[in-house]
Amino acid sequence: MLEIRNLHARVSEKEILQGIDLTVNTGEVHAIMGPNGSGKSTLAQVLAGRDLYQVTEGEILYEGKNLIEMSPEDRAREGVFMAFQYPVEIPGVSNLYFLKAALNTIRKNRGLPELDAMDFLSLVKDRMKLMEMDPSLMNRPVNAGFSGGEKKRNEIFQMAVLEPRLAILDETDSGLDIDALKIVAKGVNALRSPERAIILVTHYQRLLNYITPDYVHVLSDGRIVKSGDKELALELEEKGYTGLELEAAI
Amino acid sequence: MMPVDQTIDQQQVPYISAFEHSETDLARIGHPWIHQIRRDAIERFSELGFPSAHDEDWKFTNLDPLLKISFAGRVERGDTVRASEIVRRLPGDHYRLVFVNGRYSPSLSNEPGQDLTIRNLRDALSDGTPLLEQHLARLADYKKHGFIALNTAFLEDGAFVYVPRGVIVERPIHLVHVSAAGLRPQASHPRNLIVVDAHSQASVIESYIGVDNGLYFTNAITEIIGGEDTIIHHHKLQRESDQAFHIATLQVEQNRGCTFTSHSIAFGGALARTEVNSVLAEGSECTLNGLYVVSGRQHVDTRTSIDHAKPHAASHELYKGILDGRSSAVFNGKIIVRKDAQKTDAKQTNKNLVLSEDSTINTKPQLQIYADDVRCTHGATVGQLDEDAIFYLRSRGISRETARDILTTAFARDIIDRIKLESLRNYIEQILTSRLARERKAEKAV
Repeated sequence: MLEIRNLHARVSEKEILQGIDLTVNTGEVHAIMGPNGSGKSTLAQVLAGRDLYQVTEGEILYEGKNLIEMSPEDRAREGVFMAFQYPVEIPGVSNLYFLKAALNTIRKNRGLPELDAMDFLSLVKDRMKLMEMDPSLMNRPVNAGFSGGEKKRNEIFQMAVLEPRLAILDETDSGLDIDALKIVAKGVNALRSPERAIILVTHYQRLLNYITPDYVHVLSDGRIVKSGDKELALELEEKGYTGLELEAAI
Repeated sequence: MMPVDQTIDQQQVPYISAFEHSETDLARIGHPWIHQIRRDAIERFSELGFPSAHDEDWKFTNLDPLLKISFAGRVERGDTVRASEIVRRLPGDHYRLVFVNGRYSPSLSNEPGQDLTIRNLRDALSDGTPLLEQHLARLADYKKHGFIALNTAFLEDGAFVYVPRGVIVERPIHLVHVSAAGLRPQASHPRNLIVVDAHSQASVIESYIGVDNGLYFTNAITEIIGGEDTIIHHHKLQRESDQAFHIATLQVEQNRGCTFTSHSIAFGGALARTEVNSVLAEGSECTLNGLYVVSGRQHVDTRTSIDHAKPHAASHELYKGILDGRSSAVFNGKIIVRKDAQKTDAKQTNKNLVLSEDSTINTKPQLQIYADDVRCTHGATVGQLDEDAIFYLRSRGISRETARDILTTAFARDIIDRIKLESLRNYIEQILTSRLARERKAEKAV
């Protein structure tokens, strides 16, 4: 589904990704771990199409198509979704209105009819229940005045409504208390499916106690320095990033 | 006459001769007292002339495009068929007075029963009522301002609204001014007088709408007298044609305990200027909300003045602007707190959203505070759309153009949502939506 080859990317003059190779197949859950500044979030943003980052070398193939040449909205319409590390507050735009506009654009692209207000509401209610969200949040402006945990849950809720094919979760676990973390994990697990791939970008192993990844990759200085299964995350927890980096250097 | 400046004098001449030409007709409208005011006003106009670039109040608004055309042609009767199409699309739940090219159109209007007076000024002047003599031309000072003098000299028609003591007017009162171009450039000088007597409540809308993108000049004045303990909601919706000139003054007197709210929404005109001035008595409250949306080469100028003449009055002001293309805007908000106006609470904010690098905004707060126990704050911002927010929306499948429109609408909705009349709110939001769609189309054509 996703094929990243020798990906280099920079922000202004600074090269952050220095040759990433990664293959993700449908049905798989990959965890990408790494210390601060290793390039995890940059990778997530590049996949979503943020134009602050310039791809200088390499390629990204998504279902055989050149992802780099696609606009962020086209990527979303083709089924790419990123849960933001820092969801943006948008005063004056209601959550419900925004999500309906997004869903119907994506459905249109898939050749599906637009959902009417009734069907949309029942879908929203169902997914809100999954994410244990306060229904009043729907009529509030997007993320405005939401607590940190509500914002993160709102991201996974959006994902549950939009049903992407490739979901990238950028440090969705950061700043969550254990109860919120469990709810987020429940939401993600509910979306695991043979047709869908998930990339979890995270600093800590904690999230992986609740979402079991098929593969774990360690990112350091813009490169994947080690890959393995879920055991690698535990090893990382034990030795720390510096321990692993030392090993990789030897 | 005292010619001060030769060029300005040239520009005044056609208006003065038009006055002389039509004076016999004008004199027939109303009693001698009002015609004396007209004569005084044309006299003052010939002395004052039009404001010049040296005038501090007009520094950022270049009047040359307006002054190089002589809008002194004889006003033609407008096309009521086109006007009726426009009127039909307006919210329907209002008392309505419709004026076409400044003249009252009874067939397009619907007047209320006996409880209150909502009628055209021309007929009211002919019938004669002490209220008119008492209030008309009392607040808008034709002795100081050229455009006010010009309007007063040509004072002929407009709306006269009188809400007697203790009456709550349930339905909004909509004064609709429709304008079209004539064979020769023509001006209309609508004149509205609204008197709300003590303990009453009313909601008034003034609409200025252009037909077929015509070139014309609207020079309007509205005077509002808010009696003691009254609640008045005023709305102005300016949708003149893209070629038109619009100069307007809203002059308000707030007596003790009067709560006055103004919503001023401006979309139209090649050059549009609105002044909103209010003088506040003790315990009164003044709220001024405004939105201007300009693009192309439009220029919009807003000037407000809140005069805290007495203690314990409050004012809140929020104006927002959206600028696209090569448009320009001016916002000048003056707050005066007089010496004995202690315990004044005044807040003023002006926020501008600039969608294009080629647009210009001049924003200037002007606080004159002569009392010491007061709270006054002001702030002005000029910003662009939040790129992070645009990316967020795009990352959910929404196109860049739609994301831009959603965020622009959200910026404007903050003002529109403050309007209490639902049908008007929806109507304005529709106008904004089609306006943004038009910009989008224009961009694609380039």
